[in-house]
Amino acid sequence: MSAAGSEPVLVIDRLCVDLPPWAERPRAVDDVSLELRQDEILCVVGESGSGKSVMARAILGLFPSRHVKPSGGRVLYRGEDLLTAPPARLRELRGSRIAMIFQEPMTALNPVLTLGRQIEEAIEIHRATPRAQRRRRVLDMLAAVHLPDPARIFDAYPHQVSGGQRQRAMIAMALTLEPDVLIADEPTTALDVTTQAQILALIREIQAARRMAVLFITHDFGVVAEIADRITVMQRGRLVEQGDRAIVLQSPSNSYTETLLAAVPDLVPRRPRENLSGDIAMRVRGLHKTFRGGGILSAGNARLVHAVNDVTFDIGRGETLGIVGESGSGKSTLARCIARLVQPDAGEIRIGELDFGRLAHGALRRARKRVQMVFQDPYGSLDPRRTVGSLIAEGPIVHGVAASAAWERALQLLELVGLDSRAGERYPHEFSGGQRQRIGLARALALEPQVLIADEPVSALDVSVQAQVLRLLADIRERLHLTVLFITHDLRVAAQVCDSTAVMRHGEIVEYGPTAQLFTAPRHAYTRELLAAVPGRAWSEQRASARSTA
Amino acid sequence: MSGFARRFARNRPAVAGLIVLAAIVAIALAAPALYPQSPFALVGKPFQPPFAEFLFGTDQLGRDVTAEVVHGARTTLLIGLLATAVAVVFGMIVGGIAGYFGGRVDALLMRFTEIFQTIPFFLFAILLVAVLTPSVRNVTLAIALVSWPAMARLARGEFLATRNREFILACESMGMTHARIIVAHIVPNTLSAIIVTASLMVASAILIESGLSFLGLSDPNVISWGYIIGEGRTALRTAWWVCTIPGIAILLTVMAINLVGEGLNDALNPRLRSV
Repeated sequence: MSAAGSEPVLVIDRLCVDLPPWAERPRAVDDVSLELRQDEILCVVGESGSGKSVMARAILGLFPSRHVKPSGGRVLYRGEDLLTAPPARLRELRGSRIAMIFQEPMTALNPVLTLGRQIEEAIEIHRATPRAQRRRRVLDMLAAVHLPDPARIFDAYPHQVSGGQRQRAMIAMALTLEPDVLIADEPTTALDVTTQAQILALIREIQAARRMAVLFITHDFGVVAEIADRITVMQRGRLVEQGDRAIVLQSPSNSYTETLLAAVPDLVPRRPRENLSGDIAMRVRGLHKTFRGGGILSAGNARLVHAVNDVTFDIGRGETLGIVGESGSGKSTLARCIARLVQPDAGEIRIGELDFGRLAHGALRRARKRVQMVFQDPYGSLDPRRTVGSLIAEGPIVHGVAASAAWERALQLLELVGLDSRAGERYPHEFSGGQRQRIGLARALALEPQVLIADEPVSALDVSVQAQVLRLLADIRERLHLTVLFITHDLRVAAQVCDSTAVMRHGEIVEYGPTAQLFTAPRHAYTRELLAAVPGRAWSEQRASARSTA
Repeated sequence: MSGFARRFARNRPAVAGLIVLAAIVAIALAAPALYPQSPFALVGKPFQPPFAEFLFGTDQLGRDVTAEVVHGARTTLLIGLLATAVAVVFGMIVGGIAGYFGGRVDALLMRFTEIFQTIPFFLFAILLVAVLTPSVRNVTLAIALVSWPAMARLARGEFLATRNREFILACESMGMTHARIIVAHIVPNTLSAIIVTASLMVASAILIESGLSFLGLSDPNVISWGYIIGEGRTALRTAWWVCTIPGIAILLTVMAINLVGEGLNDALNPRLRSV
């Protein structure tokens, strides 16, 4: 091999991939050319629908359906065109020379085979290796990806290990035949932030040790800043910018890249707001919720999960309190307990003077308008069979507002959240994810709640749309003087949105305080760990200090 | 709705099924006009072959098979539709309540449903009709009683899945009553699956009715397809047409309904279709 980084292992030359005629654009990938060199990580960044995944899969001839097919260009692996290669040759290359890892290791692994068996199988397909040697090789690989106790992991089934361990096993599987190209399609998107940091470090380490070429697909600029040598930005199937990491991140030449970068929230908290009155809008004391695992037959030894464990906080009127935590920390259960969608086991929830936690039946139904929720999933949180206007107007109608007045109010709210009032006559499926979140917000506001609970309202959205929705939320919060409980796993978002932040782990609040203080001087070890794990932290800090000196 | 019609129209077999079904329904509706005389009337010599004096010949008593089949269509379709309607309503209530409220209510209602499912359904239907005396009403009731558990299971699954969607949580957090949530939000979202299954249930109800009539368990004063076959089976070797003609009628109807049901399934759930 020649000197590091000079020789292209994989060349994509003017690749075009056609979409079926009924798709909204003719091509998933439109005239994309790039080179992947030995011993480098090339990040392909783009929002959903940018064609980045289709492009990556096209390399190995894996297309999502038979209607999506390449229509032009070449994919050269060491000079050999993979688009015209016979299927047998592609199978030979897949896994052994060019390996791939996916976003969701739970679905990419076969649940009825042990991890060791699946990795062995990858060897079996391509090499005639004696059994004992195969096993040794698999154990070596499991150790190489830093899995504890490789012998135990070898015999474990996918569901018996954690998400991070599964992704490590996937990486071990991809690397066992020592490929020279690794295609990683959003490999850390489904993982928690601390696990993500570990997996990114692992990919970096293994890439450097083996001088592999890695094509890394992601939507997250934080991850890019963490791992990329070079960056390619895609938009609607086209390649809009390509270059070294430092250049693309610091002085992008394309306006779309600039927009994307600007949309990534800063990790440095914004200045605290001063117009907060100080009286308490919501008081939560000693909230508990325990879930019991297992069925009625295992009542004796049922597994108890303390989803919410002795949670206490206050939210001031007009304040935004952020609840941050990883998946399984109980933050969503907490939100649902407070909205009384889940019945808490113990504790007190007061809204102003009202003892909201103790209400039942009719009294609870009438009081529900005081607490409204915005949900995470823009596709699941609106009834697909009702028009947008009737969805928004329904709440007030249920609470006794005349239908015509409620409808008029619904149209005003649509304008407030930045949609045309004509949107009222249309159905949810006619709107994009960001627009649907606006509709969900309008629906929540229709009841003029005293507390708005936003449960991961932007985590399903692309970064540029996320920025718009967050701006809207901030604007409306000021105008209506809203009290907000903001649930998120994303510390960047929390830094920009929340006045105070509570960090949750295993159902408990481990640290709680003003956002600025919590981010700059975290006291709890777990808070520090979370902050350290945010991808692209160094880049963010650099960017913030550059901005403050400018 | 035009999108629905377009998707349905693209499915050729479904359109063919719809045409056949429409023709059968039209004939059934027009029966009194086409053959004003009672189908039980003796009109000629027994065992006349088809395409002679009468279009489909006569049976062992000299009744016109064509008139019998045309009038029988009314009974058969009516029982099929009514039995399905009763089964759908009852199944949706039981399954819907079980799926929506879950927990102990669910366990209780589903065990109750399973009691019905443990009995072989056709034997159960025979038993019911035999005990209750064969009349159109009792046959309909018996068919409904053996058909509803399938609908209850489906409704339970659909309600359970929809219940956990976020938009239902949103409804709940807006302070809506359970009744409003179920009627205004859950039922419309489960309707497409229920319509599809109901259409197929009509076909199976027709088959059960025919089976019962064939065994002589039908209203002796009302003609139906199964009744004609049951009457004609003793003469199958000498007069094949007496059994065959109503048999073909059943075959065509059930097939048409199945095709329409499949078409509805594809048109109502476009996401399920492979690209």
